[in-house]
Amino acid sequence: MCSVCGCGQAEIVADKDKREGGAPHVHAHDHAHDHDHDHDHVHAHDHDHPHDHDRHHRDDRTVDYGAGVAGVHVPGVSEERIVRIERDILSKNDAYARDNRRAFAANQAFALNFVSSPGSGKTSLLAHVIAALKGKMPVAVIEGDQQTSNDAERIRAAGAPAIQINTGKGCHLDAHMVGHAFAELDPPPGAALFIENVGNLVCPAAFDLGEAHKVVVLSVTEGEDKPLKYPDMFAAADLLLLNKADLLPHLDDFNVGRCLANALRVNPRLQTLIVSAKTGEGVDAFVAWIEASAARRAADLARA
Amino acid sequence: MHELSLTESIVEIALEEARRNDARRVRRIFVDVGALSHVEPEALEFCFAAVAAGTAAEGAELKIERVAGAGWCLDCDKKVALSDRYGPCPECGGYRVRMTAGDELKVRLMEVD
Repeated sequence: MCSVCGCGQAEIVADKDKREGGAPHVHAHDHAHDHDHDHDHVHAHDHDHPHDHDRHHRDDRTVDYGAGVAGVHVPGVSEERIVRIERDILSKNDAYARDNRRAFAANQAFALNFVSSPGSGKTSLLAHVIAALKGKMPVAVIEGDQQTSNDAERIRAAGAPAIQINTGKGCHLDAHMVGHAFAELDPPPGAALFIENVGNLVCPAAFDLGEAHKVVVLSVTEGEDKPLKYPDMFAAADLLLLNKADLLPHLDDFNVGRCLANALRVNPRLQTLIVSAKTGEGVDAFVAWIEASAARRAADLARA
Repeated sequence: MHELSLTESIVEIALEEARRNDARRVRRIFVDVGALSHVEPEALEFCFAAVAAGTAAEGAELKIERVAGAGWCLDCDKKVALSDRYGPCPECGGYRVRMTAGDELKVRLMEVD
């Protein structure tokens, strides 16, 4: 997010032409303040603070800042100059995610956030699912990539409306970008909304987009220990799709059971399906999961 | 590098609080980062100067306090240290450990003029 106005710096591309012609989002960072302020800290107490620059010593240095008269105490600094904040760093994103969740509910959209490493086969899998959902449920797709609108074009070719978000240097989608993309996509009520996150098994885990579920896609060529190496993502997901199952006969060192055991160790509640975007194996099971989960979510919302 | 987005959030929160408190300039920001969180403190420090440039937090110091990981082992029925988010209990080796500390990501307080 942009720190000046709070908007996303990502580009949202409804179609190819817009991407080429769209004006980049530019902020004039005019500095009205002067730059010759001194950086001398005049507090004589400076070295009473915990200096945490050496990360090897991080665990044995705990300082309680909450022990002063006003509940705040830093030696040598008058308390008027200390502002207590206590705010979660992700609170901004989480507020946007709540707005998205409300917007999705108002439109009866069932949102899934697809996360994986690059090349796990998310887009190919979505193309299969779009075909399988035809006549059952409208589908709309938000595609996240650093660059190009290739994926959105593949999705449109598969028969679903798609919006491409180009994050530029960004490594994940955030809730603010998704809110804008959803408004622009404006799907019919009751749609399955697939959000294909930037290919990255680390960063997207931390960012709630307002989705009903995160779906993590892992391809069998990536190795069975991925859930242990990147536990945050597997812990954040509700469903694991083990993709490229058609390649299993060619892989000597991939054991499906061990892979699922690793995933269940970091997330005992994780549901798992084995699929192939190549042969279509497991796509019916996933479509059944989508329909059942969407129906359950709609019932929960109706009760709430 | 989701640390860049997180750093932007830190600076946004600090600037909002600075405005609310009629502060002219932010001198130091104290944040808690849990040892088991998905955040690399050095990456936050790396991004901070660039993100704060041109704002009232320009030149401010980012003080990162690491919060050690801890959990409750259901089998040992006690609090244990945790070095990995989904790691085993260091005492019994079992995995029935519920994390109780170490995933903090919080702006705690700041020093302003």
